[in-house]
Amino acid sequence: MILFQQLINGLMLGATYSLVAIGYTLIFGVLGLLHFAHGEVLMAGAFMGLYIILWSGLPLYITLPLTMIATGILGLIVQFFAIRPIKKDYHLAPLLSTIGVTIILQHLAIKIFGGYGTRFPDAISTKIYKFGALTISSDSLLIFGIAVMLMLVLYFFIAKTKVGRAMRAVAESHLTAGFLGVNVDRIVLITFGVASALAGAAGVLVGIAFHTITPFMGLTFALKGLVVMLLGGLGNVVGAMIGGLILGLAEVSSVVLIPSEINLQDVFAFGIMILILIFKPEGLFGTRVSKR
Amino acid sequence: MDYLFSVAAIAGINIIMALSFYLPFITGQISLGQAGFMAIGAYASAVCSVKFGIPYVPAVLLGGVMAGVAGFVLGMPALRIKGIYLLLLTMGFGEIVRVIFINIDYVGGAAGLGGIPYQEYTTLYAYGTVVILTVFFYRLRKSRMGRAFQAIGDDEDTAEIIGVNIATAKLTAFSVGAFIAGIGGGILAHFQEYIEPLMFGVMHGVEFIVFAIFGGIQIFWGPIFGALALTFIPEFLREIQEWRMELYGLLLIVMMIVRPQGVIGLDVIKWIKKKLLRIR
Repeated sequence: MILFQQLINGLMLGATYSLVAIGYTLIFGVLGLLHFAHGEVLMAGAFMGLYIILWSGLPLYITLPLTMIATGILGLIVQFFAIRPIKKDYHLAPLLSTIGVTIILQHLAIKIFGGYGTRFPDAISTKIYKFGALTISSDSLLIFGIAVMLMLVLYFFIAKTKVGRAMRAVAESHLTAGFLGVNVDRIVLITFGVASALAGAAGVLVGIAFHTITPFMGLTFALKGLVVMLLGGLGNVVGAMIGGLILGLAEVSSVVLIPSEINLQDVFAFGIMILILIFKPEGLFGTRVSKR
Repeated sequence: MDYLFSVAAIAGINIIMALSFYLPFITGQISLGQAGFMAIGAYASAVCSVKFGIPYVPAVLLGGVMAGVAGFVLGMPALRIKGIYLLLLTMGFGEIVRVIFINIDYVGGAAGLGGIPYQEYTTLYAYGTVVILTVFFYRLRKSRMGRAFQAIGDDEDTAEIIGVNIATAKLTAFSVGAFIAGIGGGILAHFQEYIEPLMFGVMHGVEFIVFAIFGGIQIFWGPIFGALALTFIPEFLREIQEWRMELYGLLLIVMMIVRPQGVIGLDVIKWIKKKLLRIR
């Protein structure tokens, strides 16, 4: 019964990992870039959500889109000022400038919000549902529901809309997409916006789930997001969705199945990552291995 | 003065670490795990001197050898992958090393390992190592091995066609890089007298890459300059204490826009050589 209980927690945790990983994978798809500041965008989203709720008292279904818009704009700014001006021939230079963005965002957050944990307000009234010995809080259902909904919307956005098609074309080849009349620069910008908006949503959801947010939370989720991105295969959005759920479940069950005082959760995640890298670097659902 | 001395010692250790990242980088291997090797070197040498009373130099060397062995073991699977995959593999390795040290009670667990004998002449040893490494890298550029490294970094397939043994060369570069990182860790441990797993997190591995890329990755003078500049600049920025780190981040972004190849490129070296020749 405890196992089943934990599985639900795992799905909830995994869904937020998925949102982060999708952002990574989208950006990696169109630019071949490891966006180092992505975790910090998530952190910024969590704090923005916190302050929107504290100042205006707006309900979650308005706060969440507002936060997504705000972090989306943050993503646009990052792309426009820190990544676009760098010459294309140097593939390590944008990595370094996103590290610069990470440092700036983290220290601004410490300055503004303090270097300690801040309590996230109860955005929704928590109800506890009981099924026999099984208790499910409405929090975790809501988080899982919102995450899945966002992923479905994103999936249709990429699969069906004109911009989504253009994004996939740019991911295949900048040159060819440009020849076919796609405005590559604009699509890259939009991709950053979308990815950052998802990270912002993940930030709010993490805030609801863990009740405490700190300026240092970005790194943890960034690392988990990277593992999930690999699990799903680089540039594979659907893979990232499923990969997140797998990692969430794996982590939680590692806590249940291997009872010890040792914190194995992180070793587990990175152990999975190393095994995948060695034996199946194209990811569990990977279709192609890029040479990047 | 004391303070400046300790910053200089840290700068020396940072140079060692930046060079330890640079060696595998020549062969196209980007490692985020140098902090992990540093941790192995630091812990191994600290255990040698705290628990077994081994003197400074052999203890640090032993730490380097341990890190080198770990580098050899990690280097073998690393041969199969490259680019961002290798970056993630080494990052995962670094994190796992850290978590393992947190869970070993023998070396103090999360609380850390204290009472490491203080080495008074750390600055001397650190810069001595830097000088040795500089000579090593200088000689390497002209040597058969060094040329093989560069050929692999430029184009692996072409290098293989020419007859370079890629596996041996890459593995050598990776293990020796890990060895250098271990030495850096040992020196750090005997300078701070105390080490804890938190000191070797992912962000530190990132820091060494930042040194190297900021300074320039076309020639080994780049990482040396990058480590020196980026260790001292934040100290000078203490005047404006409050916005120090924000400025540091901004500096990284602006530098990458203005000079994506890093400060010390081949053009700078050429320019310096020309100037020096003209003076002569």
